Amino acid sequence: MTEFFQQLINGLSLGAIYALIALGYTMVYGVLRFINFAHSDVFMVGAFAGFYIGRGMPKESFATGLLALMGAMAVCALLGVTIERLAYRPLRNRSKLTVLITAIGVSLLLEYTGQFVFGAAPKPFPTLFPTRTFNIAGLVFSSNQLVVFAVTVGLLGALQYIVLRTKVGTAMRAVSFNQQAASLVGINNDRIISFTFALGSALAAAGGILYSLNYQAIDPLMGVLPGLKAFVAAVLGGIGNIPGAALGGLLLGVVETFFNGSRFSTFTDAIAFAILIGILLFRPAGLLGKLQIEKV
Amino acid sequence: MIPRSQIVLAGALASAGLLAVLQPRIDDYFALIISNIGINIILAVSLNLINGYTGQFSLGHAGFMAVGAYTTAAITMFGAPKFAPALTQGAGIHALFPIALIGGGLTAALAGVLVGAPSLRLKGDYLAIVTLGFGEIIRVLFRNVDSLGGALGLNSIPAYTNLFWVYAFAALTVYVVVSMVNSTYGRGFLAVHDDEIAAEAMGINTTRYKITAFVVGAFFAGVAGGLYGHSILTIAPTGFDFMRSIEIVVMVILGGMGNTTGVIIAAVLLTLLPEGLRMLAGVRVDLPFAAPFNNLKWIADTRMIIYSLLVIVLMLARPQGLFNWANRGAAKSKF
Repeated sequence: MTEFFQQLINGLSLGAIYALIALGYTMVYGVLRFINFAHSDVFMVGAFAGFYIGRGMPKESFATGLLALMGAMAVCALLGVTIERLAYRPLRNRSKLTVLITAIGVSLLLEYTGQFVFGAAPKPFPTLFPTRTFNIAGLVFSSNQLVVFAVTVGLLGALQYIVLRTKVGTAMRAVSFNQQAASLVGINNDRIISFTFALGSALAAAGGILYSLNYQAIDPLMGVLPGLKAFVAAVLGGIGNIPGAALGGLLLGVVETFFNGSRFSTFTDAIAFAILIGILLFRPAGLLGKLQIEKV
Repeated sequence: MIPRSQIVLAGALASAGLLAVLQPRIDDYFALIISNIGINIILAVSLNLINGYTGQFSLGHAGFMAVGAYTTAAITMFGAPKFAPALTQGAGIHALFPIALIGGGLTAALAGVLVGAPSLRLKGDYLAIVTLGFGEIIRVLFRNVDSLGGALGLNSIPAYTNLFWVYAFAALTVYVVVSMVNSTYGRGFLAVHDDEIAAEAMGINTTRYKITAFVVGAFFAGVAGGLYGHSILTIAPTGFDFMRSIEIVVMVILGGMGNTTGVIIAAVLLTLLPEGLRMLAGVRVDLPFAAPFNNLKWIADTRMIIYSLLVIVLMLARPQGLFNWANRGAAKSKF
């Protein structure tokens, strides 16, 4: 029983990171209806931004950690907006396929530029926050896991507040509902789309730092697999649906961790894709999504 | 009278024979590049049937290639020595290798049915992601089959691939794809690409066309995998990852979706490009105002960045592909 709860804790902390990345996919899908392949590499850039900021700091403390987190989020928000402005906006009215291929191109560009600038070899990630392990009723928590939970819950709350309670969040929902109608009531679509990219990319950066804190090594291709899995999480929860992405991420993290602890651990990387195929076949709208009827 | 396409096929087969005769006189390095060009032509032309003509965006071609590579290698390394040892010596390999390749192709085609039947109900980016997922699943499965080398893969595969087999199968791929698309039956692929709903209203069984395209594409990807494995002599699951699929997709995009000639040109160019850029590493030029850049090594180092920028710029400026002069293709499709 203790082992079950221990795995559950580990799974939830992995899932929280998937959830943060999945939110970016889901928000961009909500407003633009396409999969931003480059999102997983924004996650990688976030980790590297945290790496360079953290290395410049004297020693680990909560201030260092929060500063690295904020700095990386700012860098990635800027990166996300730039990508949208240069690569996706000119393609706004083109075929979906063109945009998808461009997104793959941007993803490759970030990966190869990363390999050129940062070097292809993995780098040890600094311990930004002071680390301790807690032992409660036989369960082992690391302080990093607590940081993951605290940051994720904080960011999710902030996001929920922005989307549901602020003017810009209302505009975001309007744009995702119907772009034409949104511009008719005076919403600047381009600005809202930029804002969505900034928000999603900042969350990916936070995810990148939290991921690196737990795995302790970063490299330019680190984003590929977590990115794809987070996308699966977004589809699992219902793409375009913000609480769905969070739920999908947590579920996927837990399932993966349990798989990893079983004797089928070598199949762990395949389980996310098996879930994806299953969900697309049996419930394409996802767990929390509403099925939309296709109109001719 | 013999149809023109069959004359072209016969000509291509004769050139493949000629290449094979010339092979001993060609430097090994260049022979390998020429062979890789042929393999990439098979991959790109077969993917073009799925992505270009039929308009179903698949990102899992490397997975089918892996199935073919492993099956062919299993036949030549384990199957043949056990059941037909005569075929592994002397002239026997000339019979064994094509059989093994076709075996690899058929297994890949079977995988194509298994992957295609459920996933082709999806469209656009969902289909792309699901095929990508299947490609990864295939890779994870191979990593877990210990008799096929597990994560380390298979080593010391016999060197059966020569330029004749590569170009004979390349010619066959082009012939089959072109004949299929230009036949009365094949108009259905274009109809599915142009407007699925309209095609269905005309009584075309769209699912069947999509699966046919998928299976034929997977078959040739499997053959290409077999040729690749017996050419580089060692295969591992990491060699068939997502990046490999992307490389093939880029060839199709650069050539122009649904344009076989363009795709062949793109496959040739994109195989030569990295090699050419690599050679630049040793070259020095004399630019008076740009001293740090005089050693052209920087181009070699940034070649993959150039490559990805090329994809983005191409999509922004010329989404129908570099070599697509006619009007049909990605630019006009909406899906």
